[in-house]
Amino acid sequence: MKSAPFTYCRPASVTEACALLAADEDARLIAGGQTLVPMMAMRLARPTALIDIARIPELAFVRREGDHIEIGAATRQAFAEANATVALDLPLLARALPWIGHSAIRNRGTIGGSIANADPAAEIPLVLATLGGAVVVQTPRGRERFAARDFFLGPMTTAIPADGCLVEAHFPVWTHQRIGACFTEISARHGDFAYVSAAAQVALDDNGSCVACALGVGGATAQPTQLAVDLTGARINETTAREKLSVAIETLDMMTDPHASPAYRKRAALALALRALLAARDEALAKRART
Amino acid sequence: MKVLLNVNHVEHEIDVEPRLTLLDALRDNMRLTGVHTGCEHGVCGACTVLIDGAPARACLIFAVQADGLAIGTIEGLAPAPGELSLIQDAFCETHGMQCGYCTPGMILTAHALLRENPSPSREKIVAAISGNICRCTGYGQIIEAIELAARRLAGSNAGDAA
Amino acid sequence: MNAPRAFRYISTDRRVREDRRFVVGKGKYIADIAAEAMLHVALVPSQHAAARIVSIDASRALALPGVHGVVDGAELAAACEPLMNGLDTPHVQRYPLAVGATRYMGEWVAAVVAETRAIAEDAAERVDIVYEALPHVIDAEEAYKSSSTPVHPAHGSNVLLDRVFNWGDVDEHFAASDSQLSLRVTWGRNATVPIETFGVLAQWDPWGAVLDVNASIQMPKYADQIARALRLPMNGVRVHYDVDVGGSYGVKRGIKHSVLTGYLARKLNRPVRLLEDRLENMRSGDAHGPERIFDIDVAFNSDGVINSMKMRALDNAGAYAGRAPFQLGKPIGAIVGPYRIKSVHYHAISVTTNKAVEEAVRGFGQSPTNYAIEAMVDRVAEAVGVDRIEVRRRNLIRSDEFPYLIPSGTRYDSGDYHTVVDKVLTHVNWPELVAERDRLRDEGLMAGIGVAACLEPSGGNSSFEPLLNPKNTTTTWMESCRINIDALGDINVAIHTTSSGQGHETLVATAVGEALEIDPARIRVTRPDSLSSLPGNSPVGSRMAIMLGGAAFKAAEKLKDKFRAIGAHRFGCAVDAVNYCDGNLSHGEQSLKWLDVVAIAHRHFHELPPGAEPGLEASFIMQTPTGEALPTPDGRVQMYPCHSFEFHIVLVVIDPELGKPDLRRYVIGHDCGVVINPHIVKGMTLGGIAHGIGAALLEEFVYDADGQMMSQSFMDYLLPSASEIPHVEIVHHCTPSPLTVFGQKGSGESGYLGAPAAVSGAINDAVRALGIRFEKLPIRTTAISDAIAEAKLKGRLP
Repeated sequence: MKSAPFTYCRPASVTEACALLAADEDARLIAGGQTLVPMMAMRLARPTALIDIARIPELAFVRREGDHIEIGAATRQAFAEANATVALDLPLLARALPWIGHSAIRNRGTIGGSIANADPAAEIPLVLATLGGAVVVQTPRGRERFAARDFFLGPMTTAIPADGCLVEAHFPVWTHQRIGACFTEISARHGDFAYVSAAAQVALDDNGSCVACALGVGGATAQPTQLAVDLTGARINETTAREKLSVAIETLDMMTDPHASPAYRKRAALALALRALLAARDEALAKRART
Repeated sequence: MKVLLNVNHVEHEIDVEPRLTLLDALRDNMRLTGVHTGCEHGVCGACTVLIDGAPARACLIFAVQADGLAIGTIEGLAPAPGELSLIQDAFCETHGMQCGYCTPGMILTAHALLRENPSPSREKIVAAISGNICRCTGYGQIIEAIELAARRLAGSNAGDAA
Repeated sequence: MNAPRAFRYISTDRRVREDRRFVVGKGKYIADIAAEAMLHVALVPSQHAAARIVSIDASRALALPGVHGVVDGAELAAACEPLMNGLDTPHVQRYPLAVGATRYMGEWVAAVVAETRAIAEDAAERVDIVYEALPHVIDAEEAYKSSSTPVHPAHGSNVLLDRVFNWGDVDEHFAASDSQLSLRVTWGRNATVPIETFGVLAQWDPWGAVLDVNASIQMPKYADQIARALRLPMNGVRVHYDVDVGGSYGVKRGIKHSVLTGYLARKLNRPVRLLEDRLENMRSGDAHGPERIFDIDVAFNSDGVINSMKMRALDNAGAYAGRAPFQLGKPIGAIVGPYRIKSVHYHAISVTTNKAVEEAVRGFGQSPTNYAIEAMVDRVAEAVGVDRIEVRRRNLIRSDEFPYLIPSGTRYDSGDYHTVVDKVLTHVNWPELVAERDRLRDEGLMAGIGVAACLEPSGGNSSFEPLLNPKNTTTTWMESCRINIDALGDINVAIHTTSSGQGHETLVATAVGEALEIDPARIRVTRPDSLSSLPGNSPVGSRMAIMLGGAAFKAAEKLKDKFRAIGAHRFGCAVDAVNYCDGNLSHGEQSLKWLDVVAIAHRHFHELPPGAEPGLEASFIMQTPTGEALPTPDGRVQMYPCHSFEFHIVLVVIDPELGKPDLRRYVIGHDCGVVINPHIVKGMTLGGIAHGIGAALLEEFVYDADGQMMSQSFMDYLLPSASEIPHVEIVHHCTPSPLTVFGQKGSGESGYLGAPAAVSGAINDAVRALGIRFEKLPIRTTAISDAIAEAKLKGRLP
């Protein structure tokens, strides 16, 4: 399992990377390479050139910018996992990151790489979709911002143009006092690609009523899916939540593959989304209301 | 392409094809054969090395990507010829292996874990080694080895897992 | 032998000496062995389940710089003998590369040799092959039909083996029983899948006329088979045994790889190395395990006592005979498990299909058979409404019945099954475990307890070969050891095999140390190559503790006799009157120290007894105990001599929505007689259980209806990680074997032989209230969830 031959370069800037990408339609960007390299080893991916963006300084950062946090595309997943800003302001991402593969994978894998790869079962895209985040893509023509819902087009398919480089991911920050978040998934083994994953973040007011709610499922559908379920204006109770989630999930078009039937995915999506929601609610409730 | 690798604190300049993985560069170009080839697609963990101190799959990074990075392999752990590090000794004490093939990757993973968390719970140990597949032991004696090493580290005030 | 003896080094908590080199990365594996100017092989796999090879054009491959050659099956078939076929099926011929037709997806059609493996892979993509697709058969039942397309047309059908045995009065016992029931269970195709793939390096010396072979091999008759296939004298093949094998558990038998590589090394006159990559290993390494359908009729009384069993076992061998048929034969030696079943009807069927070839897998067919027997016992318990453990107790052979002759002709050496069961039940606090399961159920979880009792036949011979192939009259099955005490009095022990993690160096040092009363740490163990070795049959059939340990002990006893003879000559007494203690000799007031004896043997010929050989060397070639007779015409045979016992209890909790089983508690009672090294036996048992959990829940080589393999990588063939394996508690018991030097039995297959049955039983206990029964392994999370949902839909709620 040796890759087919290719050339390699390590540009110093995104501008340079985009120019190189534009010059060779079979060139590929590589950052952490944790998905691309095995595909190359099996010769299922055969880029003529690899353009290594992992060390471009302008791509590695975590910063608060207004109502969201911006993370540079080449930021290592392990770095984000250990980052205090992420832990404090992006609880859902903080909960999702440990689910990615194993620590050795997260030590090399990047935030942007996972998003650009757009595996339906991947964790970071689901967080981005659930929170209604956005990404920034740079091309020789400039930078363009895509909302998550316009970005993930299908399995391994995104809105990134052929000469584009994903440079930033923007995750909305919630400023409520009582926030809870939960990420969970089901797979054959710990660290495997999820059959189904679910993400939930809720904010409660002093009375425990839901004031904000974000829910999503991954692995089940062709792209990570934000669930259209509005639970604001009341306390979250299991019965109502189950009913609303059932309706939302019933309409989804589940994937079929040898690992899990569409019926399984539907069942697991409902179970996991409900569990994530209730766990997020309970976490928020446990936070002290303003006196 | 010329690549400069700092392996176990020694600089090596090698000339490689871009498609050569770090795994093959270490094994074939530098004859550091303690790092093992298991699946070449990033699942089994037999090729685990430390990159800038953190465990990584040597089969999932091309040598050219590792240019200038600090690589740690099993060959760099023993304190002196004929001696064992505390963790290596603990693996011998509990027989935390059989065929020995996954062992270097397992020990490097344990090394990195104990450096970060000198007294990990069983749960943390399991999570840390869950990316390293062992087909022989069923993991019981590996977990015991890491627990033993942690206890001995606590007792020795060594602070450094090496 | 009733109670275990007191030992000095045996059974003590000593380190495993091999571990020192492994923890520093200094194991010497096949991929670590490089030769000057070595070339590398890549294989061209068939894309078809079955196809005629119309043409092979290697010109584009050969044009690539760095490529040294491309060979195909036609060339090999002209130059080599077919690979050994254990059955009498001369028209099922197998060569390292497909000849004329390919018979499974992934089968090697051509081999490319190049300066590097990467170039070889580049060239392999440029070998242009024209195929003409042929009809194929994937399913074993389909293949068994006379209407099916034969995988080997010259053989005339897909049936490799179709043999009926009747041991005892089956019909009478069925007629006299209160009840009977039928069941079908299926063992999915899995294997041991070591983390190191198979590899071989061959070098031909044209002046010395010797083929040097280094390989990650675990195989009997390896050098013999290479020599035969390559038409070399056996002393023209030198197999190096000082190679650390990165796991095997049966499958590291790359004979096709080795014959191919040996041929290439001779043809190209360059060292050639073939290291399977993971894809080659999974789809075409010919290292899959049994895939078996069991149909059982069982006759029993209303108290749960089982009288008789009819078992039909249909095994899907894959495209060539391999070792598949014999893996139906070996379980005949424990066909009733640990139970007093009075008669057995056994119908063993092995068929060819268009799947990859089976190789020996841990237990050699015993684990699937044990799974079927245990599923049967659970069903009997359910039918008579008696607790599963009580039913087992009523059927287990009693300790005062040993040696116990089972209907198929094997005598079990020793055992105390009821005591092991009792110890385990006490350890787990059985009533409390049941109460815990019921509490979990009350919480809305699906909880179940699984139990399994089974045997590990050990001390492996090859009695299944003459049993299934009357042309084979082999009863000799040996292992050997040579000890030399050097001129400075230091001890060197030679063993004549490779090891794949079993700790053979520790084993023989301990056995020799025990016999010579010398600290094993002072003993060096070496592995000469095959040309310098005594005969042996390698670490198969859970035999090395018995056979290598036995040979080492007996060689040491011979050395002690030499010591005593020297002492008797010096002391002027009878040999029997010389006392040997801690390596020193005495008779009354007279004494000779170890180094005195060494000096006499090595330097003082004048002090040696008349006629004695100088030096201090002894060898022992040991025959497997009890292997004296060929099978009887009605198919009764003494299979392996020793029988270890294991009793598993597992508590599982299933998430009722997601279906994921969580093994909350795992206890095994284990009796392998006298334990030589506790660390090694513990590791074997824990590792075997993990392997069995994989077989029960995760691992399967899946083919689709077109014969395409769906699990070629570690992304799809799922080996358990530390997260999937529970903490396992081991309860020890020791019933020594009367047939072995220390009372030891085998343990290399322990855990694996019962874990699949126990885990499956636990899941079935958990879902029984829903009317669900899983009767095929592996039992996947998604399948559990789907079945629960379906049952709930149908209103089969408890």
